[in-house]
Amino acid sequence: MSENVTRPTDREQDAKAAILSRIRYALRDEPAAPEVPRDYRRASSLDHAEVVDMLEDRLVDYKANVYRETGESLPQRVGQLLGEAVTIVPEGLDESWIPDSVRTVRDRGDDGGPLTARELDGLGAVVTSSTVSCAETGTIFLNSHPDEGRRALSLVPDHHVCVVPLDSVVELIPEAFERVSHDRPITMISGPSATSDIELERVEGVHGPRTLDVILLG
Amino acid sequence: MTVVDLGMPGTRIAYGSGNLYEETPFPEHARSELGNQQMRANIGHATHTIRAKRGRVVGELPDWQDLRDAGSAIKQEVGARLPELLEQFEANVTARGGIVHWARNAAEANRIVTDLVRAKGVDEIIKVKSMATQEIGLNEHLEGQGIKSHETDLAELIVQLGDDKPSHILVPAIHKNRDEIREIFSRRMPGTGKTLTNEPAVLAEAARTYLREKFLDTTVAVSGANFGIAESGTLTVVESEGNGRMCLTLPKTLITVMGIEKLLPRFADLEVFTQLLPRSSTGERMNPYTSMWTGVAEGDGPEEFHLVLLDNGRSAVLGDPDGRSALHCIRCSACLNVCPVYEHAGGHAYGSTYPGPIGAILSPQLTGVAAEQNNSLPYASSLCGRCYEVCPVKIDIPSILVHLRDEDVRTKHGERDDAAAQQRSTVSAAREAEAAATGAQPEPAEHPDRVKKSRVPSEMDVLMKGAGVVMSSGKRMALAEKALPLGRGALKPFGGAKWLPGMVGGWTQERDIPVPPSQSFRNWWRKHGEETEQRVARDLGSTALAPSGPGEAPSSSLAGHIEEHAGWGAEAQAVIRARAGQSSGGESTKSSDATSTGEEQA
Repeated sequence: MSENVTRPTDREQDAKAAILSRIRYALRDEPAAPEVPRDYRRASSLDHAEVVDMLEDRLVDYKANVYRETGESLPQRVGQLLGEAVTIVPEGLDESWIPDSVRTVRDRGDDGGPLTARELDGLGAVVTSSTVSCAETGTIFLNSHPDEGRRALSLVPDHHVCVVPLDSVVELIPEAFERVSHDRPITMISGPSATSDIELERVEGVHGPRTLDVILLG
Repeated sequence: MTVVDLGMPGTRIAYGSGNLYEETPFPEHARSELGNQQMRANIGHATHTIRAKRGRVVGELPDWQDLRDAGSAIKQEVGARLPELLEQFEANVTARGGIVHWARNAAEANRIVTDLVRAKGVDEIIKVKSMATQEIGLNEHLEGQGIKSHETDLAELIVQLGDDKPSHILVPAIHKNRDEIREIFSRRMPGTGKTLTNEPAVLAEAARTYLREKFLDTTVAVSGANFGIAESGTLTVVESEGNGRMCLTLPKTLITVMGIEKLLPRFADLEVFTQLLPRSSTGERMNPYTSMWTGVAEGDGPEEFHLVLLDNGRSAVLGDPDGRSALHCIRCSACLNVCPVYEHAGGHAYGSTYPGPIGAILSPQLTGVAAEQNNSLPYASSLCGRCYEVCPVKIDIPSILVHLRDEDVRTKHGERDDAAAQQRSTVSAAREAEAAATGAQPEPAEHPDRVKKSRVPSEMDVLMKGAGVVMSSGKRMALAEKALPLGRGALKPFGGAKWLPGMVGGWTQERDIPVPPSQSFRNWWRKHGEETEQRVARDLGSTALAPSGPGEAPSSSLAGHIEEHAGWGAEAQAVIRARAGQSSGGESTKSSDATSTGEEQA
């Protein structure tokens, strides 16, 4: 970390002591911490095929485009979805997924460092894999793995093609949380970006990618 | 603020300041808001739409009540273990490269953020929508320090460009319609001009273009946080548009302001709250984007991360066992959308950053009920209880409202003078601190020494005392009811009373007093009470009743009462069966039976 980082002052250390003292005084009746009841569903009772169908249904409901492909048909679909768009590909992505027809770039600028935000903004699309997906809520989890790239890659380009391997699909949110790690940043994506701020009319596509293509791979 | 910890009880309670005060009493403010037809139409449409969506997606989950129970228990645990969880959280954020700051109140938090921004040598920042920064008035403060803060949430942008105030926690610009928004954008956004139409998609596109440049160029961002995880130091921001992801990912420096009550003990607790929040808030199965990060991630996102932990009255709320559960709030706004008072009065009438039922309990607790006009907020409710039913963490809002009304009455009777003086001096001190920072004249606040105390019983006290005497005795009540025909004789020629004198006139301002009935219910019951037995005898005929309990004499214990009531239930079942038997035989003796089983007969 750089040298000019602003550190907490003595005054803030006093603030910490004062706040903790206030809280301890507030808790002078010593309320007990209850046992947390966890009677909600934590394991799926559905067939895996039903779970995958549910995920597709929920994603379509969010206005994402969903395709089902096999390892063999995947590159053709990727090529068709990306067309002429200049596409950024994370370092760890399986190269066999991207057909030769696609114009790809890597996350390396002229100076050898990662691309700047403005450079990313000049690109057309991004292809990533994903860590786990929750069918019940239609949510895809990215966990900054090498085949997902840093967070900015799946954010700045306007078109996100996201590959979801079928064995990474679970039904419930608790099942999904078991498969992610807080050691790396996590992004939960449920459809393309959207707003309902104007008269509650839903508009798909504000700042995040306005097109979300999901390829269910298996 | 001048709170010194001397080990004396009074000095350890410190109230909050900032955008938390109702500057005019709720009824006055609400009266003027009620005249705003456009606002009321927009709010009515919005609350009903979100309410229906919420109902659908909550109904989808078979374990919704189990999730609420878990959410409520986790938040209780956070309150009970707060000191230890805060220290654990700070240690984990620090271990992962974050820098933690502590702010006792709004002024301190504003100063910390300002110093951090200045240290980066910039005069512009981008912001993610956050209730905490709204509460401390961060944007206004930065503006006074020559730092321009750009709100990036679409609704907050509309509010900011329109020099307006948010009116709803979730959709702050809900009081504006598309034409008003088009007008604001074409006036304030360079390059939009006459081509801008009022289509929501077109307006959203204009915001995208306008803000994209800010996202790409600005190096410092400020956010709030929905959750902070003590065991890992992870922070979470929940959003829809992607502006949050932009602010959390692209700038070099990120400053997050978080209330100390936003903690969760464990990472796994997010599996409860990421289910409760979106369904309660926008009525979606899940919001489009949720971001989580832990300290600084090498090569991914900001290089410098500051976390400002904010008290600002939260510890005072925690100190009241009857009101502390208000801190469980996850800012979903479900209670606003079901509240009949909010629906008509709108968000601005509540004055503070927190509108609706949650605002009516949170603001007066953060500041104390004696601060400015916040004692009017606990009365801004019909106590219908819908807010409690929809609350994802089961905050019993109606009970806390009643508790705060009691505090207000006791304050007005001079029974809480020390607390009240302290609450009022918090307001004065905060106004002076803010004025000192900006160099402006302090806004006048109610001076603690000049507040009137009413130790003499008021008209209301006398009335209540009188009613208490009459109603506490059956004999006195019966005697009072004998006067009913008198009132009837007086009011009948006029069809009721439309005006009453003095303080009770408040009642007739809103409604008429009907002509009293010719006799009281108690008198009526004396004559007709035994008809119930006759009706049961007629309905059951010779039907044998199930024994009303295990056949033992009724005991006076709770278990005995339950047995007895279960017996009544069996009796009622027998009546229903007997009635069904009678009507299916085609021998209906009463017209109401014929109606209820008419279809079967036909």
